[in-house]
Amino acid sequence: MERNVTMIALFAALIAALGLIPKITLATGIPITAQSMGIMLCGTILGAKRGALAVVLFLVLVAAGLPLLAGGRGGLGVFSTPWAGFLFGFPVAAFVTGLVMENWRSDKVSLVAGVAAVVGGIGALYLIAVPYYMLMKPAGLGEALVAAMLPFMPGDVIKAVLAGLVTGAIYKARPASVLSRS
Amino acid sequence: MISLTSPIKTRAHGWPAGAKLGALCLATLVLFQIETLSLHLIAFVATLALYLAPGRDFAAAGWRAVKVIWMFVVIIAIWHIVTRTPYEGAVIVLRMVTAVGLANLVTMTTQLSEFIAVIRWLTRPLKRLGLPTEALEIAIALVIRFTPVLVEKGQGLAQAWRARSARRPGWRIIFPFTILALDDADHIADALRARGGITENQQK
Repeated sequence: MERNVTMIALFAALIAALGLIPKITLATGIPITAQSMGIMLCGTILGAKRGALAVVLFLVLVAAGLPLLAGGRGGLGVFSTPWAGFLFGFPVAAFVTGLVMENWRSDKVSLVAGVAAVVGGIGALYLIAVPYYMLMKPAGLGEALVAAMLPFMPGDVIKAVLAGLVTGAIYKARPASVLSRS
Repeated sequence: MISLTSPIKTRAHGWPAGAKLGALCLATLVLFQIETLSLHLIAFVATLALYLAPGRDFAAAGWRAVKVIWMFVVIIAIWHIVTRTPYEGAVIVLRMVTAVGLANLVTMTTQLSEFIAVIRWLTRPLKRLGLPTEALEIAIALVIRFTPVLVEKGQGLAQAWRARSARRPGWRIIFPFTILALDDADHIADALRARGGITENQQK
């Protein structure tokens, strides 16, 4: 019980910290924040239920007025744009990522975690974020893909691969802490 | 940790948080029903007036919080200029800016403790279902306490990297960073258990 609560809380804090520490600069010079990678790591390390709870906890505190989103953003305003579907999709993304992790145990952790991050952190996330944009803006599918998907896709693919590598390394260092596999 | 509540006291600081949140939901719903540009302009000017009413410093702090959506305004504006639908574009941009502005007003005039009281009230039915809501409150406190701690440790890792390499710290520090968070979680779990644990508090 205590360990579950502290793991969930510390991962919520980890998502926040990943948005606040220096940005990762890609070889192309484009800076990306590691925050959405934190969402993926919640799923790959904590598993479906605990991962989703950590993300919900993070979002509750953002809504309550803490500036925890990348760039020091927060408060209720961030939930009022047509792009807020990403925020609402984050817990589902972590849940689906964790679900893949928990049910596919036969292969190497880094490979499975990478695929899980793509399925959950990209597939499930955009399945919510794109229709949300279409509904709330309102917009057609083409516009939603251009405005809400294209700009973020390259960064997210890279983050999913990195989430896989990081999870693999953590499984070697702290196998008991990768709750999705225990 | 610094929350986004405005230190400049307004009359709205004293209003109950639940009422402000309810009014915000209602106002946002109405905004989404309106399709006329002139009505959106009125709503926008009214929101602007609300920001200016407590004084210039309050309005400046509000502007700093709301201006982060400029990228979204630009994207929508470009789309509607390219597709030659400026009227719809103006309606959508104004609606978004007003909705974000009003939501941010609630954030600026409501303290974190009041929000947590609302969360506690909202989760009361869960408690009746037998779910441990005490765990939620401990978790909230832990996140608030440990986010700055983790940020500091992350900066320490980045500095250690810079001391040893000419290149900038990249994604590689995320691995030790996550390990630090995992180990902290284990230590805190032990500490909580040593002090009686969460489940035991629940039975009292």
